[in-house]
Amino acid sequence: MSEVLATALPGENVHITTDPHTEPFWQAAKERRLVAPKCGQCGTFRLPPTPFCPNCQSTDKEWVDLSGDAVVYSFAVVHGFPGLPDVTLVPVVVDLPDAPGARLVTNVVDVHPDDVEIGTRLTVDFSPIADGWLLPVFRVAEAQK
Amino acid sequence: MAGLRDVAIVGVGATPYYKRGQSWPQTITELAGKAILAACEDAGLKVTDIDGIAYYSGAGAGYGNKMDTADFMETLGIPEIKFTASLTSGGGGSAGSVGLARAAIVAGDANVVVTVMALQQLQNRLGSVFAAVPADPINSFIQPSGLSGPGHLMSVLARRHMHMYGTTREHFAEIAMSQRENALNRPKAIMKKPMTKEDYFNARMIAEPLCLFDFCQETDGAVAVITTSIDRARDLKQKPVPIVAAAHGGVREWGRAFAWMGMPDEYFASSGHKPIGDRLYAQAGVTPGDIDVALLYDHFSPMVLMQLEDYGFCGKGEGGAFVESGAIRYKGGSIPVNTHGGQLSEAYIIGMTHLVEGVEQMRGTAINQVADAELALVTGGPASLPVSGVILGRDA
Repeated sequence: MSEVLATALPGENVHITTDPHTEPFWQAAKERRLVAPKCGQCGTFRLPPTPFCPNCQSTDKEWVDLSGDAVVYSFAVVHGFPGLPDVTLVPVVVDLPDAPGARLVTNVVDVHPDDVEIGTRLTVDFSPIADGWLLPVFRVAEAQK
Repeated sequence: MAGLRDVAIVGVGATPYYKRGQSWPQTITELAGKAILAACEDAGLKVTDIDGIAYYSGAGAGYGNKMDTADFMETLGIPEIKFTASLTSGGGGSAGSVGLARAAIVAGDANVVVTVMALQQLQNRLGSVFAAVPADPINSFIQPSGLSGPGHLMSVLARRHMHMYGTTREHFAEIAMSQRENALNRPKAIMKKPMTKEDYFNARMIAEPLCLFDFCQETDGAVAVITTSIDRARDLKQKPVPIVAAAHGGVREWGRAFAWMGMPDEYFASSGHKPIGDRLYAQAGVTPGDIDVALLYDHFSPMVLMQLEDYGFCGKGEGGAFVESGAIRYKGGSIPVNTHGGQLSEAYIIGMTHLVEGVEQMRGTAINQVADAELALVTGGPASLPVSGVILGRDA
């Protein structure tokens, strides 16, 4: 297909908001750490961060630092975005091997779309967005198992 | 005869269907009011007979607009309302909203209950709705990815289905072409140009693996449906269309679905409708083989394929081969699907056109009538829960 490399949306176009349950995820990202909440009682991971553990209803949670490794579970190749008709994006749903059961919806960046497959191994990076936040995005990992 | 059959749909009404934004300068209340009056006329009821309104989508009218019962009472002169409620979330409740009407009637709260949807995509449009809404703490986990509309989100489910089961774009093309064929002879359909496989494969890719023709249309218009008790229904103008089964809801594994993407593997590449199908068939005392025509919510072609699996018309993962066999064609298919052209080719009024077609099929007056059809399945969603469905029948 095209020779275009996929990007993330331009950072100034990307806005996030937080609540008390999600704030730690974004504060960690600001420090270039990928984290996920793990239930303090039963150990179940969940994303997005929500008030209760869906498995045991506990409100105890522990924020676990993740390795930043991820595996493509599924993906799209998106052509255009409102106001950005020429952009090429590869939005991905990823599994996080060290947070089993939790998934992130993110982007693979600086990649030829044809080089992304279900099962492709990724590694996290952080990309500036509006209001001083950093957004976790992913690059194809150098070592593909 | 098995099934609920204690209430019936007695009237359907609609405005013309318009391309996005072209229904202006009519207002949302005006469009909805025209559909309600048309449904009353169809039923042989006066608008002043209405004593209940059962909405879905939180009484929202598409993207950014709202409907409200008091507005309808004020402008249409409805004297008293005894039930006004909505199913939650979005379009997944479309079919199930007549089940909400039934709940009001069976409980004795109201007797003539209207369900209505009006859609006008003047400022906000379906195709990029998720890019237009302001950031909130939960959508901040999906919006930055650039999955800017529902079709973009569902393209990820379609990709997974292709990966797991060998489904191909040819299969999605067959759904789009079959429904286009069904729209060709319909005066109100927006898309009336035949579609070849070449047309499909030449179409612009929007969110691979989906192209333009996998996406439903962005249209305007309003549709209303009136439900009443079976006894009263038999005194009215039209042949009653009894509600044989009605269910809305779904399971946690589907949940917010493609607005979440946390579904376990066995649910991810699905429509989320299997629990609804199981409940409908149990209520009606029928099996998938007893359904004569299926009006499946078709915002995006792969979700038709996944509903065929979840409603048991074929096995899980076999939807591709099933549509390839010609099974969903009006002409010669074993289970004609979206005989009205659906949202892909007739018009998109957030599921309401499927209810209208189900009623016409059961009255025996459909433009593409399935001969001797006695049971019609109508669905709402796949979407964040609730998803919903009804089985409509013929009165004895």
